[in-house]
Amino acid sequence: MTAKQSEMSLKACLILLLVALMALPVSASAQQGADARREAFQSMPGTQPDFWRDAAQGVSGRTQSNSPGADTLIMVEGERWREIRNHWISPGGAIALGGSLGAITLFYLLVGQVKLEHPRTGRKIERWTRWDRVIHWYVASLFIILGITGLSILYAKWFLMPILPTSVWGAFMNAAKNIHNYLGPLFALGVLAMIIKWLKHNFFTMTDLKWFAKGGGIIGKAHPSAGYLNGGEKVWYWIIVTVGLTVVVSGLVLDFPNFGQTRETMQLFLIIHAVASLILMAAAFGHIYIGTLGTEGAFEGMKTGYVDESWAKQHHDLWYDAVKEKSKN
Amino acid sequence: MARMKFLCDSERCIECNGCVTACKNANETEWGIQRRRVVTLDDGEIGKEVSISVACMHCSDAPCMAVCPTDCFYPTEDGLILHNKDACIGCGYCLYACPFGAPQFPKQGAFGARGKMDKCTFCAGGPESDPVIEQQKYGANRLREGKLPLCAEMCSTKALLAGDAAQVADIFRERVVYRGHRNSAWSSVEHEAAESEQLAQNAADLAYDATQSV
Repeated sequence: MTAKQSEMSLKACLILLLVALMALPVSASAQQGADARREAFQSMPGTQPDFWRDAAQGVSGRTQSNSPGADTLIMVEGERWREIRNHWISPGGAIALGGSLGAITLFYLLVGQVKLEHPRTGRKIERWTRWDRVIHWYVASLFIILGITGLSILYAKWFLMPILPTSVWGAFMNAAKNIHNYLGPLFALGVLAMIIKWLKHNFFTMTDLKWFAKGGGIIGKAHPSAGYLNGGEKVWYWIIVTVGLTVVVSGLVLDFPNFGQTRETMQLFLIIHAVASLILMAAAFGHIYIGTLGTEGAFEGMKTGYVDESWAKQHHDLWYDAVKEKSKN
Repeated sequence: MARMKFLCDSERCIECNGCVTACKNANETEWGIQRRRVVTLDDGEIGKEVSISVACMHCSDAPCMAVCPTDCFYPTEDGLILHNKDACIGCGYCLYACPFGAPQFPKQGAFGARGKMDKCTFCAGGPESDPVIEQQKYGANRLREGKLPLCAEMCSTKALLAGDAAQVADIFRERVVYRGHRNSAWSSVEHEAAESEQLAQNAADLAYDATQSV
């Protein structure tokens, strides 16, 4: 290699270096520009119609709040719950309860009380033991208290609120809510005891089918045969088992909101609880009527535990025969 | 007559939670009660993450008011939905009906029983004539002092707007027009541009937006 050649290659290297140095700030600034652009892209949400569509459909995100359901921007189920509660359950319950009362009144006016066909003999037969009556009245009194407080929560704002001063109204409703919440579990225990205690009497038999066929004595003159419990009583028992337990279980879910139930769960169980308890109340009106005003001599059975011989013969002839047979032996 | 509204500009909210803190400070709410919260959707997803500050929206047809068993809610002349804690029984129905999760409940009783409901009052207090009791029960009544809710007043990017609906809407419409919506923002954005161009445009809009004082 000559000296000239090496000089030229040195020059070329210097030029290259210079070019490289000149190019450096240029490429660095180009890099900076790209970063700023990307940063803007990242920080810029670019809210699109899809975003609002998702939000309106109840999409969940992230939040610092610890409230249940706080990560959901819009909870869409609430509107449907409001609709069901205000437009179906409230009027529906009023129709069910009013209809039940109306039907009973009409029945009483048209048919009247079912009288004893034969005069009382004065001989008494034990129908309900002390335990039976304790359980019955325990559940019955709690049922009435829970019914009144529950109906207050659903309906009282329409008729009590306008006539009470706010402080009295608030105190009444607070008491209603607390009584309802605290007596609920006690009612549950009573219902459970009742279901277990009376299960053995409540299996349907052929006698009950015949009893239903004759409409429990409403159709035709002759009173259909019945054992210790007639078909109607058994139906009431199974209503308590199904509807009653539904009320109890849904009520317990609502009563203890400390197990992390979501708002959607509470909505669902509030609907179940309201519908089931309104059905139970409408049915209970019928039970109360038949057990008191509707049937002569029936109420004393649950009051004293004893019924008159002629009442037993008329309403529960098979049971009467069995008791008679037993006492002979 | 004014009709008060909140509006959270999702293009501006940076999830600083300043509104949440401001609210808690102004109203001295109980432990565990957070009247306002910031919800971030698509958190961490580049180009999609959006935050919105939400509290009681003071609905025109308020679901809470419709389902309340004690009818403790009442609308004010300013279009706010306030409630009377003396009548509240803490049943939680308002929470089940409210789309925005606004009602808050202090856990006071046994078995998770709820205390009296607490929610955003638009810094308008409640139905108490004594200001001291009003402050204790419902928090600040800034509206009476001619001030707007503290959450909006302290919002660092002015994403959260509060005030008369017409004025709030005007401010927001102006912003939206700056951002390139057509037809004076009365119609939706037309997506003709490619996504990257759109994002670049959005970025430019944001930069311009941030220089505006409104």
